Amino acid sequence: MSHHIVLVNNLKYMYPDGWQALNGVNFEILHGESVGIVGANGAGKSTLLMHLVGVLFPNEGEIRVGEVPVIKKTLPLIRQSVGMVFQDPDDQLFMTTVYDDVAFGPRNYKLPEEEVEKRVRSALETVGIIHLINRPPYKLSGGEKRAAAIATVLAMQPDILVMDEPSTALDPKSRRRLIALLRRFTHTKIIASHDLDMVLELCERTIILQKGKVIIDGPTGKILADEVLMEKCGLEMPLGLQGCPVCGAKKLYKR
Amino acid sequence: MSNMTTSLYNIRLLDELAEKKTIIHNIHPLIKVLTTVLYLIIIVSFNKYELSELLPLIFYPIIVIALADLPLMILLKRMLIAFPLLIGIGLFNPLFDRSTMVELPWMQLSGGWVSFLSILLKGVLTILAALVLIATTGITRIAAVLGMLRVPRIFILQLLLTYRYISVLVEEVGRTVRAYALRSRREKGISFSDWGPLIGHLLLRTIERAQRVYHSMCCRGFTGAYHTGSVSRVRTGDVFYFAGWGIYFMVVRFINIPATLGSLITGVVR
Ligand SMILES: Nc1ncnc2c1ncn2[C@@H]1O[C@H](COP(=O)(O)OP(=O)(O)OP(=O)(O)O)[C@@H](O)[C@H]1O
Ligand SMILES: [Mg+2]
Repeated sequence: MSHHIVLVNNLKYMYPDGWQALNGVNFEILHGESVGIVGANGAGKSTLLMHLVGVLFPNEGEIRVGEVPVIKKTLPLIRQSVGMVFQDPDDQLFMTTVYDDVAFGPRNYKLPEEEVEKRVRSALETVGIIHLINRPPYKLSGGEKRAAAIATVLAMQPDILVMDEPSTALDPKSRRRLIALLRRFTHTKIIASHDLDMVLELCERTIILQKGKVIIDGPTGKILADEVLMEKCGLEMPLGLQGCPVCGAKKLYKR
Repeated sequence: MSNMTTSLYNIRLLDELAEKKTIIHNIHPLIKVLTTVLYLIIIVSFNKYELSELLPLIFYPIIVIALADLPLMILLKRMLIAFPLLIGIGLFNPLFDRSTMVELPWMQLSGGWVSFLSILLKGVLTILAALVLIATTGITRIAAVLGMLRVPRIFILQLLLTYRYISVLVEEVGRTVRAYALRSRREKGISFSDWGPLIGHLLLRTIERAQRVYHSMCCRGFTGAYHTGSVSRVRTGDVFYFAGWGIYFMVVRFINIPATLGSLITGVVR
């Protein structure tokens, strides 16, 4: 898999209780692209992302990562190249210490313990919680848990990073650090978020989902600045694109 | 509500104790597992009337708890959970087995009472030994050792996931009860009519949660083997630890120390 293209073709998914969460989603994400997935609550963002790592399988349509279709048989291969940060960090932390939790992934790939330790430390340093290395994860604050969950995925050194609302529960400084860190991550990024300012800063391309369908797919700057469109999708323009509430100056910055 | 939170703390307490750094914690996990297994075998090998012979075995958990700096009261509290069961098993012995067995200066003990007490003591010692092992070694390292001992992978996995799932379950219970308590007008407890929906909800939630945890494990390359990092080598000190306890257990097994001491002392007095 030298080219990490993510291809989603006519993806349909119905939850076992009969709820049609995805209703024919199509897109293609090229190597190195960074794409924001936005949409109102319940639009199907999390459901879509779970298909990319093979947690859910489509009822119809297909997903490919590189040349490889995402099916049961190819999962080990897929999961080596796609790393996913879940919406709820509690789901991702299950060991007794932060160290063991971050080491869980690398150890599964039978890396030597020195290499594991190196990766754990560098992942924790990147997200800025190296001082919590020996704490039990369930005793961390919400934001610290989030950082730890991100570290668990970074330690796997994935080629494609999939994140479900990575910036929720982070304080402004940690959010900044996360944005800076994601900017440095040069591989493919797929980020579902309600933090439109972060999407604006990080992603050159945005896909808007509504009721399980792609409403629009295009350059972030153009889409997020389209007030009518955003309104229609139950969203709001990012603060950075709205007029300044204090001095009334138009648009703080522009892409 | 505060009760719930403290029990949340407690369920993970053994894990936390296992991260301490004391002489006992530093002993190789393999050695600790083997010592515990030997201890259990020795305990079980005594017959039901051998009560005084069992007594010296109390020293093993006591010494280890002291050296490992474990909170004795908390361990004892956990043991209380198993107490009703032990009493239930031994309860009828004193009723059926009334022949006098031990003559103490101030009372007579029937065989039934002796066997009842020995069941109780055996139960307490085995549970204590298991708790001490977990609290000084940690479940993941125990699992690693079981792997080294060629215990089938599926059993180890079962053990680990059960252990993990208990804390998942307790956490979900904690959250649900908290949410309930905040919105109900009752002072404490859960109204009888709410039990049904609450438990149903809880079951679904824990299953979902367990499933999500499992998925995130799979996403990080989990394929059924649980890698717990490299285990260090067994050092000479560890071997001595095992040998020391081994010899002690054997002595206790084959020599009735309390009786010998007793006759020695009475012999001297005479
Ligand atoms: N386990 C489930 N069973 C049935 N329906 C579900 C399940 N999980 C989600 N849904 C439904 O599928 C739809 C899409 O959910 P999804 O979690 O993908 O939304 P989302 O876009 O991530 O929303 P949010 O921004 O709130 O995270 C929702 O309408 C939800 O009700
Ligand atoms: Mg979501």
